[in-house]
Amino acid sequence: MQTQERTDERIAVKATVNGVERSATVEPRTLLVSLLRDEFGLTGTHTGCETGQCGACTVLIDGEAIKSCMVLAAQADGVEITTIEGLAPQGQLHPIQRAFWEEHGLQCGYCTPGVLLSTAALLRHNPQPDETEIRHALEGNICRCTGYHNIVTSVQSAAERLARGDRPEDI
Amino acid sequence: MHPYPFSYHRAASVDDALHLLQEYPDDGKLLAGGHSLLPAMKLRLAQPGHLIDISRLTELRGIKRDGGTVTIGALTTHAEIEASDLLRDACPLLPEAAHVVGDQQVRNRGTIGGVLAHADPAADYPAIVLALDATVVAVGPSGQREIPIGDFFQGFLTTALRPDELLTSIRILAAAPNAGASYQKLANHASGYAVVGIAAVVTVSSGKIATARVGITGAADHAYRATGVEQALTGASPDEPSLKAAAAHAVDGVDLLDDLQAPADYRGQVARNLTRRALQVAVARATG
Repeated sequence: MQTQERTDERIAVKATVNGVERSATVEPRTLLVSLLRDEFGLTGTHTGCETGQCGACTVLIDGEAIKSCMVLAAQADGVEITTIEGLAPQGQLHPIQRAFWEEHGLQCGYCTPGVLLSTAALLRHNPQPDETEIRHALEGNICRCTGYHNIVTSVQSAAERLARGDRPEDI
Repeated sequence: MHPYPFSYHRAASVDDALHLLQEYPDDGKLLAGGHSLLPAMKLRLAQPGHLIDISRLTELRGIKRDGGTVTIGALTTHAEIEASDLLRDACPLLPEAAHVVGDQQVRNRGTIGGVLAHADPAADYPAIVLALDATVVAVGPSGQREIPIGDFFQGFLTTALRPDELLTSIRILAAAPNAGASYQKLANHASGYAVVGIAAVVTVSSGKIATARVGITGAADHAYRATGVEQALTGASPDEPSLKAAAAHAVDGVDLLDDLQAPADYRGQVARNLTRRALQVAVARATG
């Protein structure tokens, strides 16, 4: 095995996170999920498997769902990131969140931030998805509680809420 | 879970990336979508000392058509391939396959060039590009060269690319009007990777199969063309007995993988069945 010295190399990263410009100086090997949680304190993004299977760490980069444990912080320099904290203003619920609440689309809640962001990206591209399209779009988000049935119902309800123009509202 | 420490270099251009590869010949590694490399680094299966990030080189991204030739930039993502109207028209097999690569988040980030250069034995695209008889375009210190896809996959995670080369694009010919294609895959439920994946492209003329190309992934340590199937089909009637007889040759002479996902004999059986199914769909599309 080749020996590798710990280097002192640090990289400056600047990104727009939930509409606010944030910056940090990190080790090259820092993952985006660590930047968000440890540097920016945005712990709504969860770490699950850390190998790109479970989707708990899903955030939006430039509007598209990605797994933040599979992207280096350095690669996020200059991009626009939305985490669960940015889906609705503090103290309010986004119509997607309201739909998951009403339709019991979560139980323990660990996977939920990632599921909600994948749903947000899906509904932006496809405002009226059918069940097959919903299951396909959420394939990268593993939920060990719900069995997915209520998640699908919640996404359908979220689509209806957004279609009729629902806005974020107080909890 | 973090990789070993490494130095990070963001390439400003293809030339810059080539210079960096020459500067770090022993432990430099190109980073595109990172969806194979970063997990391998986190599991400490790979530990490059220098990552050369090419993911922002927009000149390596995008899909272009020039007459009958389609060129796909190495950094084009699976999601872009899946959504491409140009490809749906010129080469519907690629969007069909991209639709079943990984999951949505992986498709948003993973690139076709990354998949091919990594040459995972269970990746989807190797079967596709073999069946399409694609050409890989790479650039190195001595310039650009074209690699026929038949020479490209050489073994487990091993391709014809040299350590100082960068894969820049994939070239394919637009599908003929009398061609039909299909990709059939048995996916591992956890990873989405192919336990076995079969890509078939056939052309039908005057009621006979004129040409057939079949690419198989997941079955062996690297993707391969099922030449026994192809020979049995050429000149045959596109009917069920011919397709079944040809599909029986799917794993002839192949050293089948035997691992936790599937024993070798099961893989062989699945490969024959999926080959038959891929041929049925491809023929139906060619004649429909």
